[in-house]
Amino acid sequence: MIKIQDVHKSFADLKVLKGIDLDVKKGEVVSVIGGSGSGKSTLLYCINGIEKIQQGRILVDEIDVHAKGTNRDKLRQRLGMVFQQWNSFPHLTVLENAMLAPRIVKKMNKKRAMEIAKEELNHVGLGDKFDEYPTRMSGGQQQRLAIARALAMKPDYMLFDEVTSALDPELVGEVLDTLRMLRDDGMTMICVTHEMAFAREVSDKVAFFHEGIIEEMGPPEQVISNPQKETTQKFLSKVLH
Amino acid sequence: MEYQFHWNIVFQKMPQLLHGAFVTLHLSVFAMLIGIVIAVLLAIAKMSSSRIYSIPATIWVEIARNTPALFQIYMAYFGLGAFGIHLSPYVAVLSALIFVNAGYLTETFRGGFQSIPKTQYSASKSLGMNGIQIYRYIILPQMFRRIYHPMTNQFVWSILMSSLGILVGMNELSGETQRLQSLSFRTLEFFIVAAIMYFIITKFVLLCASLASKRLFKGDI
Repeated sequence: MIKIQDVHKSFADLKVLKGIDLDVKKGEVVSVIGGSGSGKSTLLYCINGIEKIQQGRILVDEIDVHAKGTNRDKLRQRLGMVFQQWNSFPHLTVLENAMLAPRIVKKMNKKRAMEIAKEELNHVGLGDKFDEYPTRMSGGQQQRLAIARALAMKPDYMLFDEVTSALDPELVGEVLDTLRMLRDDGMTMICVTHEMAFAREVSDKVAFFHEGIIEEMGPPEQVISNPQKETTQKFLSKVLH
Repeated sequence: MEYQFHWNIVFQKMPQLLHGAFVTLHLSVFAMLIGIVIAVLLAIAKMSSSRIYSIPATIWVEIARNTPALFQIYMAYFGLGAFGIHLSPYVAVLSALIFVNAGYLTETFRGGFQSIPKTQYSASKSLGMNGIQIYRYIILPQMFRRIYHPMTNQFVWSILMSSLGILVGMNELSGETQRLQSLSFRTLEFFIVAAIMYFIITKFVLLCASLASKRLFKGDI
């Protein structure tokens, strides 16, 4: 379980998160929506400890991410993350991309790491691309590679940071299908997204971020289909057309 | 007046010349390899936000890039000698070339490091890699591809600059040529052959570099 308690985060004078409280239970899919600059992506970076926080706590399975003695490299093995820019490693083949972290971080032997990598690549539909170099693939394929690469670490949670925002429209579908598949596998996920239809369909809970706070949170039928707050209504009327 | 070429003596002394060429080659290879290792560390130090690292690195780079290689060889050979540290000509030239190579390559590497998107670091971090693993497996391999060709240029420069070994009586190709011509008075012949040998060495090194790059770098950047 991920517990986010009263989290504050600033970049110099700019307050990005102003007291976020959010619980994500095992197997739950939480979508985070909101305008740009509302702090959605920053929250993900704080959850896996890439960004520091100034106040509050984030607990991942009762481990305090930002506490002094926490081994964050180790903790990140439980928290897979996929970014808006897919960030494939361009000097490695698809298979090597997915094998690297299990090999060097989990110290798995080559054979086992390869098995797991192939399994995850097959899972996201890249079974025929093992020896390809990522830069020769489409954005959608690279994004699916990024997902398989994260899954190869067998994380307990997956954090998705606007994973379809940088894709050509015709490639969005294949990546969303992969996320749906993960949800069906029972993966716990936090998805920062602009895909409202997707959020409505897959989420157990939707959090609407506005200027660094959670303005409205609840099941998608409420937050997306029948928002109570004016700011939520305004935001949705803009993005849903 | 017509100059009469006499090549015979040059051919007789070919074993010595070839030995000189061999010394030139391994001197440059060592100077390059050690220079690369130091340059990686200096580049990281120079990018550091801590001045304890960045200032010494900057001083190194500035001196190496803005003073003649001749000065550095003199400093290593005669300068240190004044303090009772007596280096052999080989070690003196090697140290000077390492010093310059490291200085120039630091700037090349720094540019290389900065050309790698920051997101590669966050992606690697998110997979649980620690700082050393990120550099070893993600950043350095990409950086080396980008700066490979400037690096081979530095290698060629280093081979040609090793000819300054002549000034401290070293037995690399130029020093050997100098010695042989002074014994035989066939200055032009010996230096023409030496020049051809330098040309062959650099072309050989560039050929090896280009073949190696095809083997090493399969992916796109």
